[in-house]
Amino acid sequence: MSEVEECLKRISSHKGVIGLMVVNMEGIPIRTTLDNSTTVQYAGLLHQLTAKARSTVRDIDPQNDLTFLRIRSKKNEVMVAPDKEYLLIVIQSSTD
Amino acid sequence: MEIVYVYTKKRSEFGRQCNFSDRPAELHVDILPDESLAANFIEKNPVDRGIQCVQEMSEHDVNTERFETETRGINHMEGGWPKDINPQEVEQVIRFRKKVEKDETYINTIQSLATTMEHCIRQNNAINIYEDYFSDLAIEETEETPSAKTINVFRDPNEVKRTATHLSWYPDGARKLAVAYSNLEFQRSSPDTSLDSYIWDIENPNKPETTLKPVSPLVCLEYNPKDVHVLIGGCYNGQIAFWDTRKGSQAVEMSPVEHSHHDPVYKTIWLQSKTGTECFSASTDGQVLWWDIRKLGEPTEKLVMDPNKKGNMENAQGVISLEYEPTVPTKFMVGTEQGTIISCNRKAKTPAEKIVAIYKEHIGPVYSLQRNPFFPKNFLTVGDWTARIWSEDVRDSSIMWTKHHMSYMTDGCWSPVRPAVFFTTKMDGTLDVWDYLFKQNDPTLSLQVCDEALHSLRVQDQGHLIATGSHTGTTTLLELSSSLCTMQRNEKALVTAMFERETKREKILESRQRELRLKRAGTSAGGNEDEGEGEGMEDEDLVDAAEKDFFHMINADKKKQQAKNNKDDQTKIDNTIIEESGEEENEKKDTENGEKEGKD
Repeated sequence: MSEVEECLKRISSHKGVIGLMVVNMEGIPIRTTLDNSTTVQYAGLLHQLTAKARSTVRDIDPQNDLTFLRIRSKKNEVMVAPDKEYLLIVIQSSTD
Repeated sequence: MEIVYVYTKKRSEFGRQCNFSDRPAELHVDILPDESLAANFIEKNPVDRGIQCVQEMSEHDVNTERFETETRGINHMEGGWPKDINPQEVEQVIRFRKKVEKDETYINTIQSLATTMEHCIRQNNAINIYEDYFSDLAIEETEETPSAKTINVFRDPNEVKRTATHLSWYPDGARKLAVAYSNLEFQRSSPDTSLDSYIWDIENPNKPETTLKPVSPLVCLEYNPKDVHVLIGGCYNGQIAFWDTRKGSQAVEMSPVEHSHHDPVYKTIWLQSKTGTECFSASTDGQVLWWDIRKLGEPTEKLVMDPNKKGNMENAQGVISLEYEPTVPTKFMVGTEQGTIISCNRKAKTPAEKIVAIYKEHIGPVYSLQRNPFFPKNFLTVGDWTARIWSEDVRDSSIMWTKHHMSYMTDGCWSPVRPAVFFTTKMDGTLDVWDYLFKQNDPTLSLQVCDEALHSLRVQDQGHLIATGSHTGTTTLLELSSSLCTMQRNEKALVTAMFERETKREKILESRQRELRLKRAGTSAGGNEDEGEGEGMEDEDLVDAAEKDFFHMINADKKKQQAKNNKDDQTKIDNTIIEESGEEENEKKDTENGEKEGKD
C-alpha cells in the first residue's frame, strides 16, 4: 500500500470519523469513503465555501492565507484542510 | 373708557386696490394698570385647575401591503470535470482519478494535509472543546401563565364561504394542514358554491398549496399516517374518495354511489394495518363501513348502529363521530346524533356481539369522541353544552364533566402530550383549554378566536400547535405556551389517581342507586308510580304512565272540588294542583338529598 493510502486509512480509523474525501481545485472528488451523491454534494458545497473563506481571509490581509476550516454543526464537525491543488475534507461526528 | 380710532380716507381712493407694505408697530393707545380697580377683585388662593396626569396617546392604524412569498428551487448538477471526461462514464472517471493519485504533487500535498488534519482529529478526540457545561442541570420550572397566540389565519379563498368541517395535520412534522370545506346546512348551498378542499402550507396563508377537487364537497379529510401523500375524504353525498397528492387534484378513486353511505360521511379514520391502505368511515345514515383503498368498489365490512343490536337500518342511529385507538385495534367507538356513545368490537362473531356497550348521557349529538392518549380506558365526549370524561367501566354516567355552557360545544380533543389537558370549541367562537390538574370548574384558558362559530379542532402531534376551523371557513392556527405542552411533574400519576377516584365515586353512586331502587320496589310491591322507573320499560311506556298519573290526579282533584261545591273553583283547582306538584317536588328533593348524604 502506498504511503498516501496508509495516511488516509489512518485518518479514517480515528474515533468519530464518518467520512473522508479528497477534492481537487475544480471541486471534483478524487478519493472518497462516502457514497457518490453525498460526496458530490459535500465536494461541490465545501469547495465553494473554502474558496470564499480563503478570499475573505486574503481580502482582510493580503499577506495572510487560510490554513484550516472547521465547521461545527449540531450533528458533526466538518474539517477542511486546503492546499493550492487539493482539499482534504473530514467529517467527524460530535463527541459526547 | 372709550377707545376710538378714526380711519380717514379720501373719496377718490375708495375702491382702489390695497397696497400693503411693511411698517413698524404703531402705538395707538396705552392703558396703564389702574391700582384702584384691583380692590374689586378677590384673589383666589389656591387656584383649582384640572390637569390630566397621563401620557398623551394617539391611535393610528396602517394597512400594510400583503407580503407575498414564493419558493423556487434550482437543481445543481455535478460539474467541473475536464472537458474530455464525461462524469457519467465510470471508466473515464476512474482513469482520471488514478492518474491524479499517481501525481507527485498530490502525494506530497495529501501527506502534509494529513498531518494537520490528524492533529485536529486528535485534538477533537482528546478534549471536547465544545462541551456543553451544565447540560444535566435541571431546567427551573417557571410559573408562566398559560397563553396561546395566533400564528396564521387561512381563509376560504372562494366567494361563497363554506364551513371548515374537518382538519388533518400532515403526519410528518407540522408543515401542512388539510382542510375539508363543505356547507352542512341542509339544502342551503347555492349552486355556485365551490366543491374544492385545500391543503395549506402553514407558512403561507395567501394561497393553498394543493387543491383537492371532489365531485361532492368533502365533509372529512384525513392524511394517511403511513403514506403522507395519500388522503382519504368523505363526501357530502356519502361517497368515499382518496387522493394521491403526487397525482394531482382529482381523486384517484371513489367508491360507487350504490355501495356508499346514503348520508354525508362525517368521519373517516385510517386503520392500523400492514399495508396502510385500510380505513373505515361513519355517516348519519347509521352505518359504519370498512374500506380498502386498493379496491374501493365495495366496503369490506359493514355494521349498522342499531342500539337494539338487531342490525335494523330503521332503528339505526346516525353516527356523527368516530374513535379508533391504534393501540386497541379491534375496538372502536361511535358517537351518535341521538347523544349515545356506542362502544364496539370489530372482531366479534355476530353483529349483535359487535356492539359491546352503550353510554348515554348527552342530550344532543356527540360531536366529538376521543380516548385519552395516555389512558385509553378514559375517553372524552363533546355534545350539547358539556364535555364529559368517561371511564369504560362505568356505563350509567360519565365520571367527570364540565358545567353547562351558554353556547353549544362543537368539537374537542385531548392534548397528545399532557394527559390532563384537553381543548374544546364553542358556537360563540371561543376555544377553551382545560387543565384538569389545575382547575376543574372553568377552562384554564379561554380564547375568543373569531366572532362566528368554531366548527372543528385538531391538535398537532407535538401538542403545541392547534388548528381550528370556523363556520365561514376561516382556519386559525394557534401556538400554545410551553406550560400547556410540556408534561408537568407527576402529572401521569396525578391524573391516574384522579380518574380512579372519580370512577370509584361513580361506582359507589351506581350501586347505591341500585340498592335504593330495589328497596323501593320491595316496599311498594303493589306497583304504584315507582314502578314507572323500572328498567325494562320503553320511553313510550314511561310517557304513557306519566300521562295516566297526571290525568288521574287531575280527576281526583276535580272530584274533590266538586264535593266541596265551591263556586270559585277554577282558581282553586289550579292552586291545589300547583301545591300538590310542589309537594311532590319537595319529596323528590328530600329523597335526593338523602341519597347524597348517603353517598358522602
